[in-house]
Amino acid sequence: MALIRTSSPHLHKVSRTSDVMRLVLLATLPGLLAMTFFFGWGTLINVIWASLLALGFEAAIIKLRNRPVRYYLTDYSALVTALLLGLALPPFAPWWLTLVGVFVAIVIAKHLYGGLGQNPFNPAMVAYALLLVSFPVDMTRWTLPTVMVDGGFPGLFETLGIIFGGIDATQIDSYTGATPLDALRHRGGLTTEEAWRAVPVLADGVGAWHAVSAAYFMGGIFLLYRKVFTWHGPLSMLISLTVISTLFFAVEPDAYGDPFFHLTTGATMLGAFFIVTDPVTAATSNRGKVIYGACIGLLIYVIRTWGGYPDAVAFAVLLMNLAAPFIDQYTQPRTYGHQKARRGMKGDA
Amino acid sequence: MSADARKIALDGLWNNNPALVQLLGLCPLLAVTGSVVNAIGLGVASTLVLLGSNLTVSAFRKFVPESVRLPIFVMIIASFVTAIELLMQAFAYELYLILGIFIPLIVTNCAIMGRADAFACKNTVGASVLDGLMMGLGFTAVLVVLGAMREALGLGTLFADMQLLFGPAAESWKITLIDDYKGFLFAVLPPGAFVGMGLLIALKNVIDSRLEQRRQQQKPESDGGVERVRVTG
Repeated sequence: MALIRTSSPHLHKVSRTSDVMRLVLLATLPGLLAMTFFFGWGTLINVIWASLLALGFEAAIIKLRNRPVRYYLTDYSALVTALLLGLALPPFAPWWLTLVGVFVAIVIAKHLYGGLGQNPFNPAMVAYALLLVSFPVDMTRWTLPTVMVDGGFPGLFETLGIIFGGIDATQIDSYTGATPLDALRHRGGLTTEEAWRAVPVLADGVGAWHAVSAAYFMGGIFLLYRKVFTWHGPLSMLISLTVISTLFFAVEPDAYGDPFFHLTTGATMLGAFFIVTDPVTAATSNRGKVIYGACIGLLIYVIRTWGGYPDAVAFAVLLMNLAAPFIDQYTQPRTYGHQKARRGMKGDA
Repeated sequence: MSADARKIALDGLWNNNPALVQLLGLCPLLAVTGSVVNAIGLGVASTLVLLGSNLTVSAFRKFVPESVRLPIFVMIIASFVTAIELLMQAFAYELYLILGIFIPLIVTNCAIMGRADAFACKNTVGASVLDGLMMGLGFTAVLVVLGAMREALGLGTLFADMQLLFGPAAESWKITLIDDYKGFLFAVLPPGAFVGMGLLIALKNVIDSRLEQRRQQQKPESDGGVERVRVTG
């Protein structure tokens, strides 16, 4: 019997940043495949293009900062940022949109704040919000699910042409349109139920979004199983979104979307499992993560329903990133062996 | 005096630049630097006010009681701002409309108040006028650089609408950097100003540290290179 004397922490296995990041990359694969299957080659091209750009920018800025390039490039954090941004962009986003987004994410939102671990805001979400504010037309031109386009949906080379060669405005209208979230917002006086029957993207296309959300959900469950993050953040976000949307839907079903709709369209699932769980920008303690996630769920519903933009995950996450240090301050766990400080008269003893 | 004058000029333009080092007057700086013409307009207005207020404060510095100096400074500054406002209404009315509330708000520009209290009320008229001019020029320079950055990035042009300030002949000064530019709204909005300002401050710090390094490298050579002999350990 070997008695090996080791000091704490007695970890079974060393978990490095690169291992975690690789697992995250792996877990987005179902989502990426689903996006490619239901919305064409665009997303895949976006993700590859964004990854190349991210590696380039990351290498350049690390060089500028006099840090070892190879060491930081192989932690895969830039790739994860690029992947999340690539998944969030519209599938036919022109090449320069991705370029601006990745530049903002890697250079401004990540490295100007001090690099991995120092950034107060989720880089991919900063880039997404900036692009949405700056280029609303290109950012809201979402692709229709392939099932809704008869015949001429762009193939691989045609998609490459659209992304890198410029958009032919007369053509693009035939395979782009509103997302379900957008369609439900701008439904011209129809009740929710009428909109579900009358608006084509809701009647025929919404299944694509359900499938993509299911794929992200699977990836998330895989990460949860591999203990990359805890259940607190995602679950509390999904529950708070469900609760508030149920509340409004129960009171006035004609005016609001149902809870299932809110959970399975837009970026809800991507946000819940890949953005809310960001170890750097989220709250730290378990209690903090619950509050953080719940507030994001609440904000998503509020901004989706009464705000100016169709989807709200980026804005909700950024707002709560801002609040995360504050949440941490008030949810610091008590150290083992200490009681909570008693306040008032009794505390004196 | 000339060494003093040099120091005053250098302080205003670089070492103690109101925008880059003192970080004063940020509100108008961030709000109106969407284009070069706005930046020049506000910069010139601020410089004139700063000149006038430094001159007046320094001329009357012996008669101003210490305890009520700040209200008196504010009144002096406010009267100059009113004068500038009327002048702009007369000669650059359209620009006056564009700059709007930020012209009257020059009264509350801490850079101007700061110079009155920190410099003009302790120094001679000549030195105060020079200080006002240099601080004003330093402030204007930062405004113009930031305005140019944001205009180039946000709208793809440079020196657009200069006729608002320099008469009809200036209409042809406009340079279109990129034809068919779609516009980058972020640079035009206030967040773009914050990021741009941060980059400018960083740039100044980089230049300063490079200069410092060079000075350090040159020093040992001039010392004659005294070598220390290690005697312990």
